[in-house]
Amino acid sequence: MEVPILKQGHYLIASIQSALSDADLSQLREKLIERVGKFRARGVIVDVTALDVMDSFAVRTLRDIAHMARLRGSETVIVGIQPEVAFAMVQLGLTLKGVATALDLEEGLAFLDLQAKGRSDRG
Amino acid sequence: MSKKDVQPPPLQDSQAAPESTQALLRELVAHLRQNRTQLREEWARRITKAQLLTAMTEEEIFAEATSVYDNYVEALETGTFEALQAYARNLSERIIPRGVETHEVVGIVLLLRDVLARSLFAKYHEDFTKLNRILDAYEPAANRIANTVAVGFVQERERIIRQQQEAIRELSTPVLQVRERLLILPIIGVIDPQRARQLTEQLLRAIRTNRAKVVVIDITGVAAMDSNVANHLVQTVEASRLLGATVIVTGLSPEIAQTLVTIGVDLSEMATVGDLQGGIEEAERLLGFKVIQLAEATQQA
Repeated sequence: MEVPILKQGHYLIASIQSALSDADLSQLREKLIERVGKFRARGVIVDVTALDVMDSFAVRTLRDIAHMARLRGSETVIVGIQPEVAFAMVQLGLTLKGVATALDLEEGLAFLDLQAKGRSDRG
Repeated sequence: MSKKDVQPPPLQDSQAAPESTQALLRELVAHLRQNRTQLREEWARRITKAQLLTAMTEEEIFAEATSVYDNYVEALETGTFEALQAYARNLSERIIPRGVETHEVVGIVLLLRDVLARSLFAKYHEDFTKLNRILDAYEPAANRIANTVAVGFVQERERIIRQQQEAIRELSTPVLQVRERLLILPIIGVIDPQRARQLTEQLLRAIRTNRAKVVVIDITGVAAMDSNVANHLVQTVEASRLLGATVIVTGLSPEIAQTLVTIGVDLSEMATVGDLQGGIEEAERLLGFKVIQLAEATQQA
């Protein structure tokens, strides 16, 4: 199943709607990284609210997306991780180190706005 | 007629044995009923002398002794223990809150057994064979009664302990909101794996429902910490971060700090502040709050 990627201002929003196969995840990663450059996006939000399971491949892909997007000049936030999923993830040692997380889409947008503000303050 | 009943056919017939045990028990019960007042007093006197049930007054002891005695005799007579069991439970319920110990309950039941046995010795000392047969009938029943009462008492105690454990477990994990988007989780007591799991689940759910951004976990009330507990704490911090909440841990005692460093738990990922006040101030700073005194505020204005 393909994940829709929406453009909202300077941000890209990928909202995962159902469980994804490994191939779907890889495709999502490639598409996102490509579009970060194409739309000159400053931020990427991946919404995983609909996922009630997260395996090691999914977590690694999310981390890769964040790191690759940063190399392309864009900050990534993972939003909407369910409490049960978070608990299972830490028990498996999958902690998304170095990747920003937020409660939901709204929080994610607020976080990116804050980051952008910090950048313009500095610049 | 009773002559005919008691006179058994040749004794080698083992079928007849239960029959004669019954008869002996009947005789025994009759004896105990007859001497009820005297034996009861003797028993109560020996309880006081042995300094058992010190939490109760002499009148109370005598009243309880009377009902235990009657239940005891009844159990001997009927051979059923349900009534006695119920009574033992009821008695335990009443006396446990008053601080009566297990050894006291076992002690008084054994005393009753001895008092009754002595009265049997006194009655049948002329006829040694008869005494032996009476004791054969009496001892198993008496031991079973002692067992029933003691087990009833211990079970009641365990039930109370279980109940209290549950109460502690439920009481001890409140997640409190102190400011918009700021939660406090005070942990008190011992953290076992089960409780750690429950704590984490509760906290994660609270983060979601309160849309918390910062959580202060206060462990001032945690007496000791080992690597397991520290690991649970680290997991809780990481899981909270996945939900977008920052965790600040406060109230690490000097002992705990030393233990953690000695056993080499890596808490570098964890934000720690000395006490709860400092933790809340740090959380407010993260959330963009600033608390100032009114006088100061008017001066600034």
